[in-house]
Amino acid sequence: MELKLPIYLDNNATTPMDPRVLEAMLPYFVEKFGNAASRNHSFGWVAEEAVDYAREQVAKLINADPKEIIFTSGATESDNLALKGVFEMYASKGNHIITATTEHKAVLDTCKHIEKLGGQVTYLDVNPEGLIDLKELENAITDKTILIAIMYGNNEIGVIQPVREISAIARKHGVLFFTDATQAVGKIPVDVQADGIDLMAFSGHKMYGPKGVGALYVRRKNPRVKVTAQMDGGGHERGMRSGTMNVPGIVGLGKACEICMNEMESEAARLSVMRDRLENALMELEEAYVNGSKEHRLPHVSNISFKYVEGEGLMMGFNKNIALSSGSACTSASLEPSYVLKALGLGDDLAHSSLRFGLGRFTTDEQIDYTINAIKDTVLKLREMSPLWEMFKEGIDLNTIEWAHH
Amino acid sequence: MAYSDKVIDHYSNPKNVGTLDKGKKNVGTGLVGAPECGDVMRLQIEVDEATGVIADAKFKTFGCGSAIASSSLATEWLKGKTVDQALAIDNMDIVEELNLPPVKIHCSVLAEDAIKAAINDYRVKNGMPELELEEKKH
Repeated sequence: MELKLPIYLDNNATTPMDPRVLEAMLPYFVEKFGNAASRNHSFGWVAEEAVDYAREQVAKLINADPKEIIFTSGATESDNLALKGVFEMYASKGNHIITATTEHKAVLDTCKHIEKLGGQVTYLDVNPEGLIDLKELENAITDKTILIAIMYGNNEIGVIQPVREISAIARKHGVLFFTDATQAVGKIPVDVQADGIDLMAFSGHKMYGPKGVGALYVRRKNPRVKVTAQMDGGGHERGMRSGTMNVPGIVGLGKACEICMNEMESEAARLSVMRDRLENALMELEEAYVNGSKEHRLPHVSNISFKYVEGEGLMMGFNKNIALSSGSACTSASLEPSYVLKALGLGDDLAHSSLRFGLGRFTTDEQIDYTINAIKDTVLKLREMSPLWEMFKEGIDLNTIEWAHH
Repeated sequence: MAYSDKVIDHYSNPKNVGTLDKGKKNVGTGLVGAPECGDVMRLQIEVDEATGVIADAKFKTFGCGSAIASSSLATEWLKGKTVDQALAIDNMDIVEELNLPPVKIHCSVLAEDAIKAAINDYRVKNGMPELELEEKKH
């Protein structure tokens, strides 16, 4: 098979939509355009039926009841609704939330917002593997704690938190457990019952579905969880999220979940073999480091620092042909490198030197071969150009040099 | 963000990558930036002592494409200039030549700093007073 360029290895940012999903969605734009809330005519009934079916597909993937699925515009909205909604709904019980420093910005910034509203938030540190400490978590719980918000799988390093142990602690103390599972749902088995999850955010476009649609799982039994709506209006989604249903998007999310349900196991096995092959080949380079736990990790993610070369400079060597992300500051407008990598205890220099590989459903062995070669070549070329590499090779300890910080 | 053709050209075919013998009296070395900030430039000049002209210039840079291009361009400009002429190189000349976007201006500032640091090293080695350099905002 001929290799088609560019190669997409940024599946943690977004995934291409599966053509089967598009096919399922198409009738709901023009032909079956009805408003799912129109109760009195067939156009509405058709749309409502489609939404109900999608709700079942979504629920099935995570072992939930369809009534526990609230459709939203995506994981960011779901994160906001879960955190702000619980904060408001359980205000009489307390105002304390526990989260971690490696959470997605949609969680961290929402927590900052809640702090401004008088909430108290504890940000747990993670160990060099990227995992939270369960004892620290339990010790952080007070009689004012209403929610533990810890993500399932991390978007930058793919590290999977000990969700079942976290939920057991939450249960023990009568605290709700919310998880942002955007990177995990559809990639690995996520079971809200077995995992003891009370609220869970996820999104369509990370699992080969459309952008602009996501869901919040809200537990209805043992305990019955409620969130205060953050969008007022027609009282859709059992009053928790008003707004006309995005019928084609929801149909797409449902189909995406159904495909993941059927194919996740074989896909994860295939991708982890490919990911390991990529990682092992790149680790043959000197001074290369895998960031985060290799043991507790999503099967399709790898984050590697190539010391003494800078991430953006590195990507420039191949970004016409390979799409991926870097933890380098230069990839953002701010001059700060990735806060997730820094939370692992990485120095800024290693954080600047990182690349994130996100494999996906459409990644091929040929693409991995090409990527291995391109990255190896570029790292070697840039090291020849790097004064730091030269110093390292001369045995100079870079920490003894007085750098001019700017 | 798309890079300008000139940045891509310098990145793909960098000019004057290498190392000069810093033990030599007529070689000046400037090392600026910091690994934590994501860019470090080392720029070296070799001065023809008879004429005061920069006979050779080399660089090595750890940084993004714009930082590599800025230092590559700087070495090209340095060769053939006298030390005094080299001092006149302004970071905005680099910005203009490479078409750097605002977020990459600090790369050009770093290149200018590297030129001046190399010249100062050369001056000090040869018994001349160090030049007071104005602080530019990075």
